[in-house]
Amino acid sequence: MDLATGAARTLERGPDRGRTDLTGKPRSLWSDAGHDLIRNPVFVLSALVILFLVFIAVWPQSIAPGNPLACDLNKAQQGSQAGHPFGYDAQGCDVYTRTVHGARASITVGVCATAGAALLGSVLGGLAGFFGGWWDGLLSRIADVFFGIPLILGGLVFLSVVTSGAIWPVVGFIVLLGWPQISRIARGSVVTAKEHDYVQAARALGAGGTRILLRHILPNAIAPVIVVATIALGTYIALEATLSFLGVGLKPPTVSWGIDISSASTHIRNAPHTLLWPAGALSLTVLAFIMLGDAVRDALDPKLR
Amino acid sequence: MGRYVIRRLLQMVPVFLGSTFLIFFMVYALGDPVAALFGDRAPDPATAARIRKDLYLDEPLWKQYLHYMGQIFQGDFGTAFNGDRVTELMRISFPITLRLTLVAVAIEIVVGIALGVFSGLRRGRAVDTSVLLLTLVVVSIPTFVSGYVLQFLLGVRWEWVSPSVSPEAPVNELLLPGVVLALTSLAYTTRLTRTSIAENTRADYLRTAVAKGLPRHRVITRHLLRNSLIPVVTFIGTDIGALMGGAIVTERIFNIHGVGYQLYQGILRQNSPTVVGFVTILVIVFLLANLLVDLLYAVLDPRIRYA
Amino acid sequence: MTITEERTAGRTAPLLEVADLRVEFRTRDGVAKAVNGVGYTVDAGETLAVLGESGSGKSVTAQAVMGILDSPPGYVTGGRILFQGRDLLTMSAEQRRRVRGAKMAMIFQDALSSLNPVLSVGAQLGEMFQVHRGMSRKQARTKAVELMERVRIPAAKERVGDYPHQFSGGMRQRIMIAMALALEPELIIADEPTTALDVTVQAQVMDLLAELRREYDMGLILITHDLGVVADVADKIAVMYAGRIVETAPVHELYKRPAHPYTRGLLDSIPRVDLKGQELYAIRGLPPNLTAIPSGCAFHPRCPRARDVCRTDDPPLHPVTEDDGTRIPGRASACHFWRDELHAR
Repeated sequence: MDLATGAARTLERGPDRGRTDLTGKPRSLWSDAGHDLIRNPVFVLSALVILFLVFIAVWPQSIAPGNPLACDLNKAQQGSQAGHPFGYDAQGCDVYTRTVHGARASITVGVCATAGAALLGSVLGGLAGFFGGWWDGLLSRIADVFFGIPLILGGLVFLSVVTSGAIWPVVGFIVLLGWPQISRIARGSVVTAKEHDYVQAARALGAGGTRILLRHILPNAIAPVIVVATIALGTYIALEATLSFLGVGLKPPTVSWGIDISSASTHIRNAPHTLLWPAGALSLTVLAFIMLGDAVRDALDPKLR
Repeated sequence: MGRYVIRRLLQMVPVFLGSTFLIFFMVYALGDPVAALFGDRAPDPATAARIRKDLYLDEPLWKQYLHYMGQIFQGDFGTAFNGDRVTELMRISFPITLRLTLVAVAIEIVVGIALGVFSGLRRGRAVDTSVLLLTLVVVSIPTFVSGYVLQFLLGVRWEWVSPSVSPEAPVNELLLPGVVLALTSLAYTTRLTRTSIAENTRADYLRTAVAKGLPRHRVITRHLLRNSLIPVVTFIGTDIGALMGGAIVTERIFNIHGVGYQLYQGILRQNSPTVVGFVTILVIVFLLANLLVDLLYAVLDPRIRYA
Repeated sequence: MTITEERTAGRTAPLLEVADLRVEFRTRDGVAKAVNGVGYTVDAGETLAVLGESGSGKSVTAQAVMGILDSPPGYVTGGRILFQGRDLLTMSAEQRRRVRGAKMAMIFQDALSSLNPVLSVGAQLGEMFQVHRGMSRKQARTKAVELMERVRIPAAKERVGDYPHQFSGGMRQRIMIAMALALEPELIIADEPTTALDVTVQAQVMDLLAELRREYDMGLILITHDLGVVADVADKIAVMYAGRIVETAPVHELYKRPAHPYTRGLLDSIPRVDLKGQELYAIRGLPPNLTAIPSGCAFHPRCPRARDVCRTDDPPLHPVTEDDGTRIPGRASACHFWRDELHAR
């Protein structure tokens, strides 16, 4: 279990309930949540950070026009200087340029892996929850199997045999081990939604399966999945960096914070700055996504405050 | 209760088989253990064939797997390609990682629960908000970053602790690595405790306890904590398995020769018997921890016991 | 303006006297004034029924009396709560704790959620004796069994180690009652004690409560929205609306001749066998928003009798008199037109 599942467990119980407060006005969940979010500085701040990160992931040249692979050993481990605010690393590469360009790998892996895991997990989990029966049992057992493998261990084993060092095997691996978490959440919230009176009522009125699924269950089941996926995005970015750090994730010439931190770690005594910049960027990115997910969760489930 | 244990054990079997087969599949089917053995040299076809036969690598994958599992249940984890018995590697490394994990879990319990209770009882106030933000920040810093930073600051810059761990890995040298390993779980424990406390503070039965005229300390310890810590205890229980598997990063940073170190070496050298053997044991530890947690849950919560 | 003011001097002080109590909840959406100057008295051996819709402040008043208001967000901002002559609001927290459970006890609506799920009922009952009487665990357990027998739980000795979820709803509510009775308090506050139960069980539990109240000669405050429950048990009734008492009366007086349009509305909305087939009356509109209580009489937007004065002037709690001006003991109404209401029909 982790942060995201914990969040989802509480969410499953009833993100769909409109709140009635002391003023007696019932409000809709989403409009209420939106209202809360815009007033929440944590949400606004993390959303801005994420927008900025996405921007530099797409157009890194706009703020760091240099070439991240152009290194000059003569400048190795030099400190901050004009035009090169973060100094140089052990290979004489510009740390600022590499840190900015490193965002692309992290964001790509994070977004693609989350999209994949969320899609696969919510479709499988949603169907299992909706139809139940043997399909549900089988899926739960399969999810258990993937849960039985610790993330980093599995990553080491899997990626050490798929040695390309490119982005797609890493994404593929994260989707492979990440979907069961989402599928459990999706399954749980579909099961909860299915039991609600209005769904039973729609069924009694003769609404078809597809219609019930699309009109009544999906809108309610989607909230916890979104929250969990947002938080998972942050942890996937951290996972990619960890795997790259261990030498099995992304590999040069791909520019990645994990790789840079790994190579800087051997020089931490002489040149701590070469570690701090990519490490800071990585932590800030993960933090932004986790905070965003947390803020959304709080807004959707205010009784947790 | 007995039937519950048996049912849980039976449920574990397919998960165990599935997880270990998955690992087995990755190492033996996706990789090529024999080619790895020869490193960069081109393998001599005759030798390669002989090794394949010795290791049953010429059989279909499921037969190899059954053969391997059969040996494991006889206590034979095979021999690493360099001639070391895998069980010998385990005998050296598991106690070290176990020690590291226990240090981490102890820190997690003491600090995590204390912080969680402290902030849960002050829900919505400034301390609570700060603790919550702090836990998010801690969760966001990957272990390998916090590990290097703490090692650099405490070990190198300020020289409070030794920056690396000697081969025997005594407990006092494992304190800093323990903190590093515990850090993320610590944050989760804090959050979980805090949420659980905050939820239970509003529970009807707690209002009853107050209405009964119980002193505050009794309301908190006997009613609030007793109920709130159930999910926390189970989280920490499951976490023991996860920490042992996740110790690989911490062990690498502090050069601790534990399970993670052996596993990492095994993976770098594509030493398949070592990798599969260690991962199998870790999966077993993980599953057993989960089983124990389920049983503990039933002991702590009568609603499950009598369900 | 409280009922107590009309009490004649010279009589002994009541068991509980609440005067001009004010409670507010400070929430993010504003300050909700949940209780606005409530006053009532309960004598030893007397049963007061407090009646009102949800949000009328009847439960909040009770929680303030017990001292178990969730704070924050709830705060008592004014008034007095005299219990056996001593003001609870000026006591230290420790003094108040000693009163709770021992001298006044509370029965909650939902016994399943109000009992601790992970402690045996024996432990929860026995705890009262351990904490307030300093008994050993073993003595306390014996007492717990006695209590369970007293509320007629079958096989009490065998079941004392069972957990709340193992009992039926009615049995659980009996355990709640037993817990309240444990130290033979002077006052019991029962907050909707039968609402969560099946109709068939409701009567049994209510009868048991009434019987035990007689036996111990306790004061009882019965909080309910169910007029049917009240008629059999209560001596007098206080009707609450928007955090105020709008009418008080001896129980049969109130049923016969309500002196407030809100009370009339409540009475008319009870289904009656003799009026079968007619459309059931419903009070129009919704209970007021407590962060913005209407000016004047809080009930005026829903009141069939409302006139201009109701929108501007807040009616005080008038003593209710007969046509000839004689006071009707125990009666008061907070309606400008109580006279019209009393003599309507």
